[in-house]
Amino acid sequence: MSEEASEKKKRKIVAPGDVIVSGDDYLPGDGTERDDKEIIAKRYGLADEFGRLIKIIPLSGVFTPRRGNVIIGKVMDITFNGWIVEFGTAYNGFLPLSECPRYINQNDLAEHFAIDDLMVAKISGVKGRGIDLTIKGRGLGKVEKGIIMRVNSNKVPRIIGKEGSMISLIKEKTGCEITVGQNGLIWIKGNNIEDEILARKSIQFIEEKPFIEGLTDKMETWFKENK
Amino acid sequence: MAEVKSKYTKRIDGRKFNETRKVIAKVGVVPEADGSAMFSFGEGKEATTAIAAVHGPRTLHPQHMQNPKTGILRVNYDMLSFSVNERARPGPNRRSKEISEVSKWALSEVLELKDFPNAVVDVFISITQANASTRCAGINAASMALAHAGIPMKEMIGSISVGKLDRTMVVDVNKKEEDYEEGEGPTDIALAFTERKGKVTLMQLDGKIRPTELKEAVEIGRKAAMEIIKIQKDALKNVGGEK
Repeated sequence: MSEEASEKKKRKIVAPGDVIVSGDDYLPGDGTERDDKEIIAKRYGLADEFGRLIKIIPLSGVFTPRRGNVIIGKVMDITFNGWIVEFGTAYNGFLPLSECPRYINQNDLAEHFAIDDLMVAKISGVKGRGIDLTIKGRGLGKVEKGIIMRVNSNKVPRIIGKEGSMISLIKEKTGCEITVGQNGLIWIKGNNIEDEILARKSIQFIEEKPFIEGLTDKMETWFKENK
Repeated sequence: MAEVKSKYTKRIDGRKFNETRKVIAKVGVVPEADGSAMFSFGEGKEATTAIAAVHGPRTLHPQHMQNPKTGILRVNYDMLSFSVNERARPGPNRRSKEISEVSKWALSEVLELKDFPNAVVDVFISITQANASTRCAGINAASMALAHAGIPMKEMIGSISVGKLDRTMVVDVNKKEEDYEEGEGPTDIALAFTERKGKVTLMQLDGKIRPTELKEAVEIGRKAAMEIIKIQKDALKNVGGEK
């Protein structure tokens, strides 16, 4: 806790070209650049210090895929050995046949995932201009039933909350199964449509709210009022 | 030089020679875009207002335009049909294509799209109200919108127009000053500067000017552009984490 409080103090919003810190003691990290003695911001976001390393946490813009992220994507095309999946980034992902947990006839790939089907997948690697996906793992696979909603991908951490506190609150209060893709797509699956709509409303409520302390507590009172 | 200076002490709308119209900048005006901004020189009827929306980086189509070495920037400048008193014919024309191209050159100087091979960053600039200096307002809006979209860029760009009323240099010309016929005739220079390095990324001249005067024009333009960049950054920082 105390560690986090001290981290928060150092954070400030920077624009491209801003000098974050000057001095030889610092190392430029993500989104920054060294210019002589100064560390310059190369993008808009929150400047953060991790010891000597300076990096920028994005506040806006398109989702940047990273290894290990769980995303929700749509099948764009089918090739002879896998599926091309689009999920709102500059490059499409590829799910090879070998990354499926069960046996699939190579001549019948569309049986498993047809074009326009949605899937929950995990990014297994980001290589230059290709993104590899896998659906081996718990909670991964085809999206069936329920509703899909889209939020700004930069607000996903807030929807999940600290160690998943926010999302588990919503799950508990609405009784829905919710899968949050890091790319901003959210899959809500409940017993009836009313529960799903309540879950969707609560997520929209979080998305509109600015970052405030104790948002989880606020959410609890929101559920009391809106249930 | 000094004795031939202009007989005027003020401009038509009462501004000082080195004073811009009131600058209004706002970030996050187009929710559907990945980044967006509004930039306005002046208020009400006298204003020149531009809205810029940035999409991407995203896959570039048609495929033959893709560049495997780097991502590319596409700029589309559009003057909306209601932006001027007489209805402007909508759609691209010779003028808008030229301005799109020079705006692209002005902006791509600071962008770093090496990490996005085969991809494109699209910038759509719409002029909602025109009262001279539209390309400058457009570049300023685009600079903020690109930053808002999280595109890697070395620094911000500020753009300003410098005009000549007889022999007096003025910044941020409006329509009346752009067409000022008396004395040496109308002169209008569109300029864009980068913040840290102070590079000139856009310079277009309409009219006549002496080489010494041009240097003077660039200098007063640079001062005004730096102030504009400050306003751009304030606008970016005030949206905070929200939007």
